[in-house]
Amino acid sequence: MNLEEIKSQIEANVPGCSLEILPNGSPSGQHSLLVDKEHALTVASFLRDGASPRFDYCSNVTGVDWPLKEISTKQKTKKLVDGVEKDVEEVIKTTTGNYLEVVYHLFSLEDRQGPLVLRMRTEDRAERVHLPSLTPVWRSADFQEREVYDLFGVLFDGHPDLRRLLMWDSFTDFPMRKDYVDPDDYEYEPTAHDEVLKRTQAHYAAQGEPSEAEGAR
Amino acid sequence: MSVLTEASIDTISKPANDHLHGDLLEISMGPHHPSTHGVFRMNIVLDGERVVKLKPVFGYLHRNHEKIAENETYLGSMPYTDRLDYICSITNNWAYALAVEQLAGISVPERAEYLRVITGELTRLQNHAGLIGFLLQDMGASGTPLMYAFREREKVLDLFEALTGARMMCNYMRFGGCRCDLPDGWMEQARKVVDGFPRFLDEFERLLRTNEILMARTQGVGIVTRQQAIAAGISGPMARASGVNYDLRKVDKYSIYDRFSFRVPLGEHGDVYDRYMMRLLEMRESIEILKQAMRDLPAGPIVDPNTKLRNFRPKAGEAYGRIEAPKGELGFYLISEGGPNPYRYRVRPPSLINLTLLEEMCLGQNVSDIVIILGSVDIVLGEVDR
Repeated sequence: MNLEEIKSQIEANVPGCSLEILPNGSPSGQHSLLVDKEHALTVASFLRDGASPRFDYCSNVTGVDWPLKEISTKQKTKKLVDGVEKDVEEVIKTTTGNYLEVVYHLFSLEDRQGPLVLRMRTEDRAERVHLPSLTPVWRSADFQEREVYDLFGVLFDGHPDLRRLLMWDSFTDFPMRKDYVDPDDYEYEPTAHDEVLKRTQAHYAAQGEPSEAEGAR
Repeated sequence: MSVLTEASIDTISKPANDHLHGDLLEISMGPHHPSTHGVFRMNIVLDGERVVKLKPVFGYLHRNHEKIAENETYLGSMPYTDRLDYICSITNNWAYALAVEQLAGISVPERAEYLRVITGELTRLQNHAGLIGFLLQDMGASGTPLMYAFREREKVLDLFEALTGARMMCNYMRFGGCRCDLPDGWMEQARKVVDGFPRFLDEFERLLRTNEILMARTQGVGIVTRQQAIAAGISGPMARASGVNYDLRKVDKYSIYDRFSFRVPLGEHGDVYDRYMMRLLEMRESIEILKQAMRDLPAGPIVDPNTKLRNFRPKAGEAYGRIEAPKGELGFYLISEGGPNPYRYRVRPPSLINLTLLEEMCLGQNVSDIVIILGSVDIVLGEVDR
């Protein structure tokens, strides 16, 4: 299975889509295909029905969080300093990340090929976190996209039943994000104790300190 | 079971002949129902005894395994993978080791591969033996079949204990090999267990295979068609019971599975009976693989000498490694940024994804059938909820 071939197949059949091959530095050699979210659903149904081989089995769906990251690289340039040409090191800062990524691992049952790694990216990590759901194409993405929504906070448009899967419904945060801080007490609920304590303190302040015999009333 | 009155009942259209039908009843089955084999809940709406709606509720055993592993070294999460599918710890170790080996390009010595196959197939034997026992117990064949199955399973667990020191939390694999070699006398003991296993299977099949009640309860119940199974990503014995010829031991030929001759049993109907028979047939094939692997086991090192496990930092990149675990396709997806712990660590849980079709399987069936349909899927909540 050649990723270049599949890319040109998709480009020939889905007009207007933009694809990019992301190389993988590990010895596994599983390079991936980045799909733009406008055409993702069309690309997915082409991969399932029209491509050769047909990728009819979507095995794994998961998310990856890439927070904003600053990379500083040092570069030597020649500059005139006090009239003399010198080598000066300059630090160039670039930023990467600031998006959530969803990864699909596709296989072909008939031709026994794969994995084809499909990726989609959101625009940022805060507001524009919508991606098209591929559950209408591969039913197996149903629970897994719910899990990605639950743990990463990606909103899948077109998912038939987008609810939290593992965390409870009233939970508000997304635990698999890199900047997630877990609460001190998961089950904290405001109780009447604080109010009672405040009233007691006000009572003591008016009366002066309580004596041993009186106790707290 | 407790009676709940929620708004969801109103969304289902009531039958026209209202005076003959009673009200719809919504019940919450689980999380502590014995048939759920753990803490799993289903919100079920019943019309009489017929299921008209079923929604699974997950998360009672969720501890965010993936997040914990991302804050741990690569080797540090190896013992924790035991706790995913806690019935089959060795295959969990294997899948994780395989993914890391793909990520870092580690090769595994010959003897270690054989040890992996032997322990992996023993794991499949004890998982399937346990499952058929539980399934018959769920069906109402109280006691005897479960005890027979557990008697055999116990023999395999004894082997694990002698080899790894633990019956269930084995923590046996390492990147590039296995943790320890076979102790003296282990092979003779293992041969005895494997050679005695077909006798148990024969006895077990003679007891119940043609039992009228068993057939009435299981045949035509909880059907998954081939198309449904492929679309929903069903894997393992459950997919093969629906006629999907996809066994990763044949497809990926990972480890050394291309050296053994074995067949892949396939079902036709995709009902509970086929899924039950699939386990019995797979155990027979596992025994064939075990006999061949035990015969051919070579001498040599059990761990790749070039792999240094201390300060283990794979190059930046990613890998998805998968094996045919007893429950289906168990995959690990790892992203490395060059650090000592994985940037992303993902488990592809076969138990969770095999539950995708639970509602479709149960609709129109009796409430008592839910129990055996769930039992035939073979779930372990440690893996479903992670």
